[in-house]
Amino acid sequence: MTIKMKVRNVSKLFNDESGEGWKRVQQGQSKEQIFRETGVTVGINNVSFDVNEGEIFVIMGLSGSGKSTLVRTLNGLIPSSAGEIWVDDVDVASCSKEELRKVRREKCCMVFQHFALFPHKTVLDNVAFGLKVNGVPKEERYKRALESLDKVGLDAHADSYPGELSGGMQQRVGLARGLANDPEILLMDEPFGALDPLIRREMQDELVVLQRELKKTIIFITHDLNEALLLGDRIAIMKDGAFVQVGTAQDIVSDPADAYVKAFVADIDRSRVYTASDIAEDASRVPLTARVSDAIAAMDRTETEIIHVVKDGVPAGLLTRSDVESAKTSARVMDIMHAHPPTVPQDAYLNEIYSEAQTGMPLAVTDDDGKLVGVVSAENIFEHLASDEEETGPDSITSAAI
Amino acid sequence: MISPSDFLTIPFDDVVNSFVRGFLVPNFRPFFRAMQVPVNEVLQALDGFFAWMPMLIITLVFALVAWRVVNRTMAIATIIGFFFIDMIGLWPETMTTLSMIITSVLFCAVIGIPVGILAASSDTAWKIVRPILDIMQTVPSFVYLVPIVMLFGVGMAPGIIATIIFALPPIIRMTNLGIRNVRKDLIEASESFGATYFQILWEVQIPLALRTIMAGLNQTLMLALSMVVIAALIGAGGLGLVVNTGLGRLDVGGATAGGVGIVILAIILDRITQGFAEPSTSNTSLLGFIASIFKGQSATASDKQKA
Repeated sequence: MTIKMKVRNVSKLFNDESGEGWKRVQQGQSKEQIFRETGVTVGINNVSFDVNEGEIFVIMGLSGSGKSTLVRTLNGLIPSSAGEIWVDDVDVASCSKEELRKVRREKCCMVFQHFALFPHKTVLDNVAFGLKVNGVPKEERYKRALESLDKVGLDAHADSYPGELSGGMQQRVGLARGLANDPEILLMDEPFGALDPLIRREMQDELVVLQRELKKTIIFITHDLNEALLLGDRIAIMKDGAFVQVGTAQDIVSDPADAYVKAFVADIDRSRVYTASDIAEDASRVPLTARVSDAIAAMDRTETEIIHVVKDGVPAGLLTRSDVESAKTSARVMDIMHAHPPTVPQDAYLNEIYSEAQTGMPLAVTDDDGKLVGVVSAENIFEHLASDEEETGPDSITSAAI
Repeated sequence: MISPSDFLTIPFDDVVNSFVRGFLVPNFRPFFRAMQVPVNEVLQALDGFFAWMPMLIITLVFALVAWRVVNRTMAIATIIGFFFIDMIGLWPETMTTLSMIITSVLFCAVIGIPVGILAASSDTAWKIVRPILDIMQTVPSFVYLVPIVMLFGVGMAPGIIATIIFALPPIIRMTNLGIRNVRKDLIEASESFGATYFQILWEVQIPLALRTIMAGLNQTLMLALSMVVIAALIGAGGLGLVVNTGLGRLDVGGATAGGVGIVILAIILDRITQGFAEPSTSNTSLLGFIASIFKGQSATASDKQKA
């Protein structure tokens, strides 16, 4: 995996003409103390991270945490006070204006929270703006802008003005404008923050679908942890201008770095964080041709109450202990099994498998080829949905359940 | 009572006199003479053009423009107004005034819009420009008529230069305001796509500030018109001269006729430039056209009340 953007020790101080604030930052004073005593605002405090090619890197924090400042330093809209920001082989923090413009035109486009569409230009001209300032001839620019609009499903509105579109549509135009230059990196500053919840959900899903096809490197800013967990391949949690924790959604939910992250994680929708494979347990299995005695032996060995019958690794049926105990030991499992056991794909989120789990039957978790990789029971799901704020380990979860 | 003048008197008027007469006039007169050359060229071209063009064609063109940018009512009002001016025998003077106005406004725009843009792009520039504008707007125009006559002489061009000084501030102020009021996030968005300063100016700031700039141009035009009579004192011709002559001879009728001519010209030019300042995209559709007639009627009605 190649690293697309490398950020090293970036800091940004506002109103620090004398350098006093910087000295105090070096001494490790807190943001609040520095502001109270010198009037210097510490926007970003010594942040370092790498963004891999093709991943969605989410920076999550509350308002005032410095996330919007951080994303603006990444393309030089706000110059950083210290540190290096490498986009491929250009250091955005120290390069010349021409080089910076080149990065902005060719590599790094941005989508804004309040859309920032030009009200005097048509949708098509808005999308073509980045190409126009880059000197792309009219015909090609409109062709590429239309392709970009087509990607977000708004090609029919090319001649409308932004004011005539709804909020969701306007942000699609903003996204199309960001994509029109075909940048390698897309910076998204709370792009869905100004949309109402239903449209936001729709746009999130759409971004996921779009990203599957485009495979851009996306740096996504949000204040909504659910959004961060849904979209982010990796998530950085930001507080007072510094990163508190960087990791995958599962890392952050199951292992919060400190009390701050823990407080966030406490009321998030876990069903959108864990996938079936995250919570699956080892499945015991017998081949289709086995006898009931083999099934009992297998269940005793693994101490499970249910067993899947597989054909070439694909789940074909299900047996419970009462099924096998009431049957003759010499019977073949394929004659007494419950055919068509409920199955779920391993990358399904928990909220997508509720309806299957309602039957009470354990769910077979399958991989991309449909082969059995594990089993999920309803109890399993509940255990992972419960917040483990008070507990320390799996044992206490069980005791709490009792 | 003791007053400061008992101890020290400053001969301010003598200082100014010696500065203008002893320094500016002998040293810079050729420079100021050269300055009025472009003004004269433009003025003569316009004056010649309006004198050559038949009255009916000019009326028709103005009526057509009024119809396109305002509405049909305004077009009819334009025709009636110009016919009235012609019938009271002031057509040539009106055309002279018109060419003077257009020349002044042209120079105001050429100077004012770039200065406004400069003032908008730098706070330092605005800090320098702003007090100058304040002075230009508060100093009575009679005060600078004398030095203008000394430096430029008398005639049309000095009159226009006085008009330019008088009418320049609004266009600078409004250009500055319009550009500064362009939403910051749009500037940021343009920057994020790698636009240069001039690309942002041309693609985003000026188009979005255009309505404010046009409103400033409208104000400049109105000020230029109000300067017509004063400029006539230093030898500018046209309707101002008619008013001044009437004043000198206590000829109430002549002065009123000149005044009415100025008012009619003012209303027509004001409506048309305001129409440019508020471009309504709707008057291409039939419904929008009908609506604009009603809107226009109520607007002209209120104008009549004002007049």
